[in-house]
Amino acid sequence: MQKFTTFTSIAVPLERANVDTDAIIPKQFLKSIKRSGFGVNLFDEWRYLDHGEIGMDNSKRPLNTDFILNKPKYKDAQILLTRENFGCGSSREHAPWALKDYGFRVIIAPSFADIFYNNCFKNGILPIMQDNDVMNELFAFDNKITINIETQTIFTNNKYTFNIDNERKRRLINGLDDIDLTLQYTEEIKNFEKSYFKAYPWLCNNAVI
Amino acid sequence: MTQRTLYDKLMSVHLVHEEEGASLIYIDRQLIHEVTSPQAFEGLEMTNRKPWRPQANLAVPDHNVPTTSKKKAHTKDIFGFDKNSNMINSYLPEGRDNIEDPISRLQVETLSINCEKFGIEEIKLNDIRQGIVHVIGPEQGATLPGMSIVCGDSHTSTHGALGALAFGIGTSEVEHVLATSCLWQSKSKNLKIEINGELGEYVSAKDVALYIIGKIGAAGGTGYTIEFSGSTVKNLSIEGRMTLCNMAIEAGSRCGIVAVDDKTIDYVKGKPLSPTGENWNKAVKYWQTLHSDDNANFDKTLIFKASNIKSQVTWGTSPEMVIAIDEAVPNPKNAKNEVQKTSWENALNYTKLNADTKISNIKIDKVFIGSCTNSRIEDLRVAANIVKGKHIANNIKLALVVPGSGLIKKQAEKEKLDKIFTDAGFEWREAGCSMCLAMNADKLEAGERCASTSNRNFEGRQGKGSFTHLVSPAIAASSAIAGHFSGVK
Repeated sequence: MQKFTTFTSIAVPLERANVDTDAIIPKQFLKSIKRSGFGVNLFDEWRYLDHGEIGMDNSKRPLNTDFILNKPKYKDAQILLTRENFGCGSSREHAPWALKDYGFRVIIAPSFADIFYNNCFKNGILPIMQDNDVMNELFAFDNKITINIETQTIFTNNKYTFNIDNERKRRLINGLDDIDLTLQYTEEIKNFEKSYFKAYPWLCNNAVI
Repeated sequence: MTQRTLYDKLMSVHLVHEEEGASLIYIDRQLIHEVTSPQAFEGLEMTNRKPWRPQANLAVPDHNVPTTSKKKAHTKDIFGFDKNSNMINSYLPEGRDNIEDPISRLQVETLSINCEKFGIEEIKLNDIRQGIVHVIGPEQGATLPGMSIVCGDSHTSTHGALGALAFGIGTSEVEHVLATSCLWQSKSKNLKIEINGELGEYVSAKDVALYIIGKIGAAGGTGYTIEFSGSTVKNLSIEGRMTLCNMAIEAGSRCGIVAVDDKTIDYVKGKPLSPTGENWNKAVKYWQTLHSDDNANFDKTLIFKASNIKSQVTWGTSPEMVIAIDEAVPNPKNAKNEVQKTSWENALNYTKLNADTKISNIKIDKVFIGSCTNSRIEDLRVAANIVKGKHIANNIKLALVVPGSGLIKKQAEKEKLDKIFTDAGFEWREAGCSMCLAMNADKLEAGERCASTSNRNFEGRQGKGSFTHLVSPAIAASSAIAGHFSGVK
């Protein structure tokens, strides 16, 4: 996974609450068995005027020029500003895949849905929570923002701090592989299983019906 | 000893290792489907890893499968050319795995290939036990009380109805559970939702769920595990409790849960994967401890009265935008703040509804009875009972009944419910997720309005530019007959 420390980018203000993962990446694109290539279909139903399907040449599709992501000013944005409960609904990790593939590295909102929040960290995206007053200031700022994960700071004309779980921060900064880390506990897992299956022997059965 | 909630008990039983702020917990069962697993299997392959405990996993295709069955055909006749490859046979066999859409077909076949490669049990598409992953788990006894259960699907909360710790995960975590049978979790807070009293006639678990989401909001449960309790929940069938826990995620809670009681144990008894003999006795003894202690500490408690809950209909683009069947679509000028006002305006704009319109005056085009929320036998019985001897209204273009599993379909046919539905003008289909997320051919066209027993009314959920209104099976049935939203006459 890509390492993550500090960077500066314009932030796109997406003025919406309860943005669900169906809106982030509509279901027809979930037919793909790949992990990449979802960025062109990020927010597909808002971004384009026609109906999108897998395999279309997206460069030829009519754009919804009213949609904020299509404004030239925000072309290379890597930060997304949005409102409460971002990423609600389906657990599809295709949502953070699409955001990452498009170029987003940071999402700032008052709150996130739990599964989405978790999925972001697995993909090198930093979700930052700020209260509504700060969100209003960030929305109004409408310029380049700098994020430093080491010091947990957002810089505009002002300076704001954010919270992040220490372990998640360490993994994000170093781009660590979760499975490798867990497999360091192989012995502990095996020991757990021994006593666990002794206490609950019916759980040892396999799934063969 | 400290008094603990059911969630606390389940977390501590599965705790393998603890670090500051993060617990490594053991996962008893992973359910796998075709849409959120291919990238996880690919990850295993790329890193040369094997499943930690293959038999902890059970796979089934459901999201992207057709609900119709096809006759034997040659690929030439379908694709217009011979697509003979390892993936696609030149002769498509008779049955449901004869999928016309080649991209969907590849995804379903990829699941089978991966399961075979990694030694994972799969219930295949042509198997009568196939169905929606959250329906077949309990049906097969693959999900049991006290288990920790995950699936790459947010509606995994359904299984909490059996007193299990069950929640949805992303694909990276699917890979993690395959490789380690464990998952890193930070502990959630405990929310008790108590509902007391008797529900009115035709008011169901679905209405309770929608009513609560309307009260606490689509993010009201974020960061919490919800334990549903109270006499109303006690009186619900296990199917009804599944409907309730299923919708916990629509209130923001990854995990909904109900304490084990005699009904739970009766339900589990005799299921194909349930324990037997001495193991059964041991299991029952343990399961009987799966409830919150009398004085357990909840971070928050909310109490509702069943008598206040009427049949519900959503009007907007979030499950929290919900009203009773006798109410009118709300007016943004009455919103509690600017963010809500904007959301309501966006929703009215999208759904092409005017504020203050009585919901019962709104006409519908299609009806969908199905999904992991409401496709179980008792849902079908309720709906069939309402449409019996009647016919869907002239303005209804399509009314679908999609049973949750092949076995439910078989049971319904034994009870002749299929005949009641088809006589009333409904289509009777094969099991799958179908029009709940509309990944397969079952979808709405732009501008169409649907009364749906599913769980999400997001923009475009059932088809780009279409409008979804979430209802109970009873309201879906009575609205199909009336041609507009209607209570049971």
